[in-house]
Amino acid sequence: MNNELLTYTLRIADNSLILGQRMSEWCSKGPTLEEDIALSNISLDLFGQANGFYSYASQLDGNKSPDDLAFLRNEREFFNQQIVELENIDFGNTIVRNFLYDSYNFLFYSSLKNSKDDTLSALASKSLKEVKYHLRHSKNWLIRLGDGTEFSKEKVQKSLESIWQYTHDMFSMDEIDNKMYRLNIGVNNSNLKVEWDRIINETLIEAKLVRPKDGYNAKGGKNGMHTEHLGFLLAEMQFLQRAYPNAKW
Amino acid sequence: MQSGKIKEIWKLLDSVPDPEIPVISVVELGVVRNISFTNNAYQILITPTYSGCPAVKTFIDDIKSCLKTNKIFNFDIKIIYAPAWTTDWMSVETKEKLRKYGISPPSNKVVCPQCNSSNTVLVSEFGATACKSFHKCSECLEPFEHFKCI
Repeated sequence: MNNELLTYTLRIADNSLILGQRMSEWCSKGPTLEEDIALSNISLDLFGQANGFYSYASQLDGNKSPDDLAFLRNEREFFNQQIVELENIDFGNTIVRNFLYDSYNFLFYSSLKNSKDDTLSALASKSLKEVKYHLRHSKNWLIRLGDGTEFSKEKVQKSLESIWQYTHDMFSMDEIDNKMYRLNIGVNNSNLKVEWDRIINETLIEAKLVRPKDGYNAKGGKNGMHTEHLGFLLAEMQFLQRAYPNAKW
Repeated sequence: MQSGKIKEIWKLLDSVPDPEIPVISVVELGVVRNISFTNNAYQILITPTYSGCPAVKTFIDDIKSCLKTNKIFNFDIKIIYAPAWTTDWMSVETKEKLRKYGISPPSNKVVCPQCNSSNTVLVSEFGATACKSFHKCSECLEPFEHFKCI
C-alpha cells in the first residue's frame, strides 16, 4: 500500500512542481507588470503546494528528501500529467492551458480534501484555497482574450485546439488510482468530468470560443511517459543540483 | 511551572514581528497554533499562511532565535497544515493595526485605508506578497493594498 500511496502523492506533487516551474518562466517576462506579479505569485503557490506533498512523499519513502525528489529524478520518474509540462509559447496559450488544468485541479482538490488520509486531506484543503483564485485568474483572462479582438480570439482558439488532446488524461483511472479510490484515500477522476465539462462549456460560451472536438488522446504522464518538453524543463530546473551536488545557499 | 513558562513563550512569540508586515506579530497573524510541553521540550505548532509564502521560513528562524536569546533551548517547531490558515483568526485589534499601517484589512468589503471610502476598484488580485491584492480608491485616488480574505 505504501508504495502505491507514495506514487499517488508524487503524481500530485509533480503536477504542482512542473506547472510552478513553467509559471516561474514568466517572471520578468509578463505582458504587464501586474501579470508578471500574478504569474510569479501563482508559481510560488504551486512550489509551496509541491513542497507539502514532497515532504509527505519523503516520509513515505523514508530515504529521499523533498529536494532529492524534485531535483534528482529523471523524466521517466516524473508522474505529472503532460498538460502541465507543455511550453508556455505565449500569454494566451499559457492562459488556455492554465484554465483547462485549473478547472480540473479545483475539482480534484475539492474531492481530495475528503480523503481518509489526514495528510492528503489537510494539504488538499490548504491548496484548494489557492487554486480557487488561480482558476478565477485564468478564467477571467480567457474570457477577455476570447471575447477580445479578432487577433486575441484567433490565438486562444488555436491554443485551445492544440492543448485539448492533453485534457482527457486528467480523468483517466489506472490501477493505482482505483486502489487509492477504493481505500477512500484518492479521488475518482472520472467522476470529475461532468462538473469539469460544465465549467468549460459555460466559460467557452462566455468567451465566445468553440469547444474543440475530442480526437487524439495524449496520455501516460502519470506513468512516466512525457512529451519532449519535460526533459528541457528538468535540464534547466535541475542543472545546479546535478552540476554541484548538495549545493546550498 | 510549565504552564507558566508556556504563557511566557506565548508572550515572547508575540514580540516576533511578521517579516513582511512588521506592525503585527506572528501570534497576531495566527500562525502559532499551539504550544505544549511533552518529552522535556516545548512543542510549538506553526501553520503556514500561503503554501509558498517565503516569509514562513524567515519567521520560523526568527522564532528560534527569539527563544534562544531568552535562554530557551528545549523546543521543537512542527509545521501543521490542518486546519488551514485563515484570515478569520485575526482579531479586530490586529486588523486595525494593519489599517493604520496603510493596508486595507481582510474584510468582504474593501475599504480604502487612507480615507475609509468603500468606493474602490480592484487593479489586480495579486500584489507584492501572496497575501495581498492591489486596489485603487476612487474617492482619494490613492492606490493601496488589501489583505485578502482566505
